[in-house]
Amino acid sequence: METRELICIGCPMGCPLKVEMDNGEVVSVTGNTCKRGDVYARKEVTNPTRIVTSSVIVEGGSLAAVSVKTKEDIPKGKIFDIMKQLKGVKVQAPVHIGDVILSDVAGTGVDIIATKNVL
Amino acid sequence: MYDVVIIGAGVSGAASARELSRYKLNVCVVEKEEDVCCGTSKANSAIVHAGFDAAAGSLMAKLNVEGSQMMEELSKELDFHYKNNGSLVVCLHEEEKPNLQELYDRGVKNGVKDLRIIDREELVKLEPNISDEAVAALYAPTGGIVCPFGMNIAFAENAAVNGVEFKFDTEVTGLEKKGDNWVVKTSQGEIETRYVVNAAGVYADKFHNMVSDKKLHITPRRGDYCLLDRSTEGFVTHTIFQLPSKFGKGVLVSPTVHGNTLVGPTAIDIENKEGTNTTQEGIDELINKAGTTVKGLPIRQVITSFAGLRAHEDGHEFYIGELEDAKGFIDCAGIESPGLTSAPAIGKMVAEIVKDLTNAEEDPGFVGTRKGILDPKTLSNEERAALIKENPAYGNIICRCEMITEGEIIDAIKRPLGAKSLDGVKRRTRAGMGRCQSGFCSPRTIEILARERGVDPSEITKSGGNSKIIVGINKDRI
Amino acid sequence: MLNYDIVIIGGGPAGLAAAVSAKRSGVESILVLERDKELGGILNQCIHNGFGLHTFKEELTGPEYAGRFIDQLKDEKIEYKLNTMVMDIAPSKVVTAMNREEGMFEIQAKAIILAMGCRERSRGALNIPGYRPAGIYSAGTAQRLVNMEGYMPGREVVILGSGDIGLIMARRMTLEGAKVKVVAELMPYSGGLKRNIVQCLDDYGIPLKLSHTVVDIEGKERVEAITIAEVGPDRRPVPGTEERYTCDTLLLSCGLIPENELSRSLNVEMSPVTSGPLVNECLETNVEGVFACGNVLHVHDLVDFVSEEASAAGKHAAEYVLNGAKHKESNAKDIPIVATEGARYTVPKTINPDRMDEKHTVRFRVGDVYKNCYVSVYLNDQRIIHRKRPVVAPGEMEEVVLKKEELAAFSDLSQITVKIEEA
Repeated sequence: METRELICIGCPMGCPLKVEMDNGEVVSVTGNTCKRGDVYARKEVTNPTRIVTSSVIVEGGSLAAVSVKTKEDIPKGKIFDIMKQLKGVKVQAPVHIGDVILSDVAGTGVDIIATKNVL
Repeated sequence: MYDVVIIGAGVSGAASARELSRYKLNVCVVEKEEDVCCGTSKANSAIVHAGFDAAAGSLMAKLNVEGSQMMEELSKELDFHYKNNGSLVVCLHEEEKPNLQELYDRGVKNGVKDLRIIDREELVKLEPNISDEAVAALYAPTGGIVCPFGMNIAFAENAAVNGVEFKFDTEVTGLEKKGDNWVVKTSQGEIETRYVVNAAGVYADKFHNMVSDKKLHITPRRGDYCLLDRSTEGFVTHTIFQLPSKFGKGVLVSPTVHGNTLVGPTAIDIENKEGTNTTQEGIDELINKAGTTVKGLPIRQVITSFAGLRAHEDGHEFYIGELEDAKGFIDCAGIESPGLTSAPAIGKMVAEIVKDLTNAEEDPGFVGTRKGILDPKTLSNEERAALIKENPAYGNIICRCEMITEGEIIDAIKRPLGAKSLDGVKRRTRAGMGRCQSGFCSPRTIEILARERGVDPSEITKSGGNSKIIVGINKDRI
Repeated sequence: MLNYDIVIIGGGPAGLAAAVSAKRSGVESILVLERDKELGGILNQCIHNGFGLHTFKEELTGPEYAGRFIDQLKDEKIEYKLNTMVMDIAPSKVVTAMNREEGMFEIQAKAIILAMGCRERSRGALNIPGYRPAGIYSAGTAQRLVNMEGYMPGREVVILGSGDIGLIMARRMTLEGAKVKVVAELMPYSGGLKRNIVQCLDDYGIPLKLSHTVVDIEGKERVEAITIAEVGPDRRPVPGTEERYTCDTLLLSCGLIPENELSRSLNVEMSPVTSGPLVNECLETNVEGVFACGNVLHVHDLVDFVSEEASAAGKHAAEYVLNGAKHKESNAKDIPIVATEGARYTVPKTINPDRMDEKHTVRFRVGDVYKNCYVSVYLNDQRIIHRKRPVVAPGEMEEVVLKKEELAAFSDLSQITVKIEEA
């Protein structure tokens, strides 16, 4: 049996959550005061994911850089792999919101897309 | 080979350089910082003292009154901001009125014009926010305020236009006599000169003591200040001093020529000649004392606090003149308050000393006037529209707090001894000097500096040396 | 002189939403004035996600959220001017503006919507002692350098202030290769969202020190070290608790101040609590036909609420233009809303039971953290709302919804009170 402690991000309350796990399976969530805490805890201990955002250099556009993000959630453990792969990436203007900047970044199966128009 | 090397491009050095540029002399100013006006001259009370403070008969008193009398005309010739707002020394205790009288008498002896002791009634008329405790005041209508950067820069620019050479980032490390001449050793190599003017501010004792056996001792006396937002404009219109008493010296509350309110200084003797850090105690002291002479001072409107170092010589006197035991070495030392006020007179005195020693001829090509950076706010809307048509950069506001345009910033960079850093731009144009303290404009000013100087933005510094704003590009270390 | 029915000062999220809403409410002649080189305001540098859950039911980044509204503005063919600084607004509603192409020019407006946003509190305003070297940035300035220009403002970072921008920048600097050593917060609680504390600090092992402040800045040219210390209940540093961090950068995220210099030149009455204008339920200031919305009115946490508020301001400005002074006609008087006992202010400051919509959301902030409390609303002495809240905090805006029927039915209503009541 293994215990993980988390702080719920559902609201300003920030309930201290305790998750009991057995072999990677959630046995119980305690400390939460509402359902949101339970859902958050189960996801966070089994499959924590994040959206990664950054910006990359644009050449020939009206701005020096364009903001980008992973199109979907990626595993939390891949964040720095993604940043490494973004290093040195340069794109040519024009760039539009939704344009794929890098596909299948760091083997996640998720694309990096532009989040801004740079013309 | 120069005729004169001036150590220091503060206000004394720059004023001396400008006055020397009237003559056919080969003059060079060496400055350890990247710009003029980087030491004592940039962080002080910005006051033109009427001249009642200094001991009667002292050089300090003489040059103070002379400088004060020269200021208005000079500010027109060299186009810097000066305002004759008058000053008040406020007496808070009935029993101290004799001290007020003493100050008055000294002022009269020093040659200060139009001094008057006024009663509370008149004082309240002049300054409605004066403390309820105030019983009387010494009123000096000749007192004024000045932009210290503006004056220093104006002297230097005018000197440069008249042929004075300025070497920045050049720190003097040694002085040696070579025959009748001096060898000035610097971080950028040796410079030979016939005469040396020591206008090194808090370091003036260091250079003096290198060449003379009669030692000087200068203590950096730190003064903390708080600068309040321009929204406080009009809170006081005169410079308000507290009459020094057994209750302490107090701090001054003064408008600045740009509409801010300045509170300060503290007076703390320190060792470190670069110790321009403010301290919690210093700021607390200002906040506590600021309400003594005036009531309801909006101290929460503070936009910045800073500290300057006065070059306090033990004898509290200006030491200006050729050293007896080091011929050709001219001191301009111990220049503390009222040094800024005295600067025009100091410059004149130094130049006269050098002229007498060299028998230099006047340079008929000398141009005594200088135009400052054009401030579009002084124009009518029609004139401003015409200016923007001619140069669209004047239509682009970069500093939103002080409403400074790209045109003014480019002018500051391109003119003689132009700005190289953010602080250089700030001192010349006020961009970044407002309530957001450059949060908004600094990235934009960096861009303009880089473009106009033809360098990469990462080369742009706050104030020279290692004061870089940008240290790399994203992800360069991952 | 140019003439427009509505002139909107600021093309950020508030100005954009106000413009779109005004147009859709039937006013054709609208001009948005923006000082930057693109529309979208501060959202352009807020490249993180988490925007738009209320408005678009999906999580967007700042530029994407701005992009949606910019598209709407363009679809509605609303006029705007970029790189244009408003220099002055006269009480006669003449706006003086300036740009490179047109120089100084004047615009006569029938209605004006103030949407200038806010600025960050600077180091100077915080009275932080020490040297004044390079390497001290407001978090927003650093955010602009990193996110929009691709530059690193520093390598080793201390952050003062745990507002959301500070937290977001802790993560951004970390991801781009800097080392964030500590986040210090003066208050005993963070001003930021829990989610940001977990995902911006905890994810990267960045310590958050509550009840701490910066007591010294070392370094003559560039920051060399920052000393923080614990503060007591009086928020003054406690001697002996100093901790020194070598670093080259100090980021400040210590609060936002509505940017109301132009409002003052218009003689708009201001709230000393929010530093924004006092408005009625139409978001109209004391100057007839001058409306305010977004962060210039009061600092928001969520852009979604800015858009909602700005849409209302746009709608009411349109009504004013279309109906003139008649838009104010009412069979009831304006009722003051008093914020007290834990509630610091409300927007709006007054509400008219006759003129108001069926439901009106009143937003406010609390002055401290309260747990297991009630948000209460009183009409005169009668309590009409008593909503249990597990926790309220200064960092998260609260709201109550007032119903027209309830207010209209209450005879002799003279005051509405919003307060926090402890259980």
